[in-house]
Amino acid sequence: MNEFLHMGGYARFVWPSYALTLAIVVLNIIWARRSLARARADARRRLLRADAHP
Amino acid sequence: MAWTWFHRLASPPHVYALATRLTPWFAWPAAALIVAGLYAGLVLAPPDYQQGDGFRIIYVHAPSAWMSLMVYVTMASAAAVGLIWRMKVAHAVAASCAPIGASFTVAALVTGSLWGRPMWGTYWEWDPRLTSELILLFLYLGYMALRSAIDEVQRADRASALLAVVGVVNVPIIHYSVLWWNSLHQAPSVMKLAKPEMPAAMLLPLLMMLAGFTLYFGALLLVRLRGEILRRERSASWIREALTE
Amino acid sequence: MSTSALQAARLILARDLRLALRKRGQVVQPLAFFAIVTTLFPLAISPELARLREIASGVLWVAALLASLLALEFLFRDDAHDGTLEQYALSGQSLTWLIFAKTSAHWLLTGLPLAVMAPLAGLSLGVPYAAVPGIIIPIALGTLVLSLIGAIGAALTLGVRRSGVLLTLLTLPLAMPVLIFGAQATDLAIRGATFAAPLYLLSAMAVLGVTLAPLAASAAVRISLE
Repeated sequence: MNEFLHMGGYARFVWPSYALTLAIVVLNIIWARRSLARARADARRRLLRADAHP
Repeated sequence: MAWTWFHRLASPPHVYALATRLTPWFAWPAAALIVAGLYAGLVLAPPDYQQGDGFRIIYVHAPSAWMSLMVYVTMASAAAVGLIWRMKVAHAVAASCAPIGASFTVAALVTGSLWGRPMWGTYWEWDPRLTSELILLFLYLGYMALRSAIDEVQRADRASALLAVVGVVNVPIIHYSVLWWNSLHQAPSVMKLAKPEMPAAMLLPLLMMLAGFTLYFGALLLVRLRGEILRRERSASWIREALTE
Repeated sequence: MSTSALQAARLILARDLRLALRKRGQVVQPLAFFAIVTTLFPLAISPELARLREIASGVLWVAALLASLLALEFLFRDDAHDGTLEQYALSGQSLTWLIFAKTSAHWLLTGLPLAVMAPLAGLSLGVPYAAVPGIIIPIALGTLVLSLIGAIGAALTLGVRRSGVLLTLLTLPLAMPVLIFGAQATDLAIRGATFAAPLYLLSAMAVLGVTLAPLAASAAVRISLE
């Protein structure tokens, strides 16, 4: 296990690379879902306003 | 017969529904491929005889670089379609691509830099490959800046679409210039992993990661696309139904 | 009697030149900027000519690029402001030709004078006399391409408030190949070598730019005027 983490001495390059990439992967998922949620909320608000002032 | 299929793609409610249904078909295979690829790349693949375990960065660097380019081409193609056929949906696709492409360009640059430090001895080189990737990042940022600077959605769509298409002209120029720029400045010893030369145990995880990331991009695009479509449909009646799901 | 596109373009070119020369101050600004920026480097780095010669090509090119960009903001601004640009778009004349005329005027007022001034700055940075053609010709071509590309960016950012920085952000990535090969040409000239190869590439870019950029710019103007 230790050998695995050590990555033949390259640990301080390999693990940050993986960490960053995975962080960006996760961030994009959160970002995308939030963008959709915001768009849906805006659309809902617009519909309510349209209903109130026909 | 074929025309109906194309025409339906121009219909926002149809695309919205399609995107909702298709997302899990992209997301789950993507997750499976990426997890499997990570395991195969980190654990199963043998260390490189030259680079030892350091070469494993390729399993995140190559997919990131691939994403940065593929997403731009997708964005520019969608932009062109939107400009030529005046399709709102195409513009929605282009808008969805930009943040994804920009963030993976950053990933490619940083992972490349971290890979370069032990292999080339430096975090950064004005190597044509790195420089052109940096320029790509600027193209993305310019695109997003232009979009946010124009308030009216339709005009923002068309202006940024033109920019994306013009920018694509730049990309082959930059890659082609690699040859000439290389002749004046000494090229650093660029590590070339020619695909056929790579042993299967190393190549397979790479292919899995590339495929996984491509599907992952598909899933992300579909999620963002729904939001972008909603933003462009002012008070259409189909939205009411779509919002209740 | 209807005016041909070429005649219309000539008229617009003459008009732009005449208007600009009335505001001589505005024309001189980019040139003054160029002169000042090239002076900054000996002050900041070292007065040693040998050292300056090493970076001279880069300094000249970056300064010329930035000076050209400065002037780009004004390419369409006044005409867009008073509605002239709209008239051009509605006139039934080829907007592409009209924009090409405006872009040429911009280059004649900014790029060409810069190309002529640059050898002076170069000499002050230790560049040998023999390198002067290697400064004038590439910079003249490079600034032409920059004017053409910049016109696209200027058209896209019409009406955006304080568009200066955005314009730079949009134009520079597209202008980088010009910088790469142009600076290479000048650097080769400074070292006494032949600079034909990058010059050919610059010329190719200029041809590409002249034929395609005004088309893109006129599409951009129509988008911005919608």
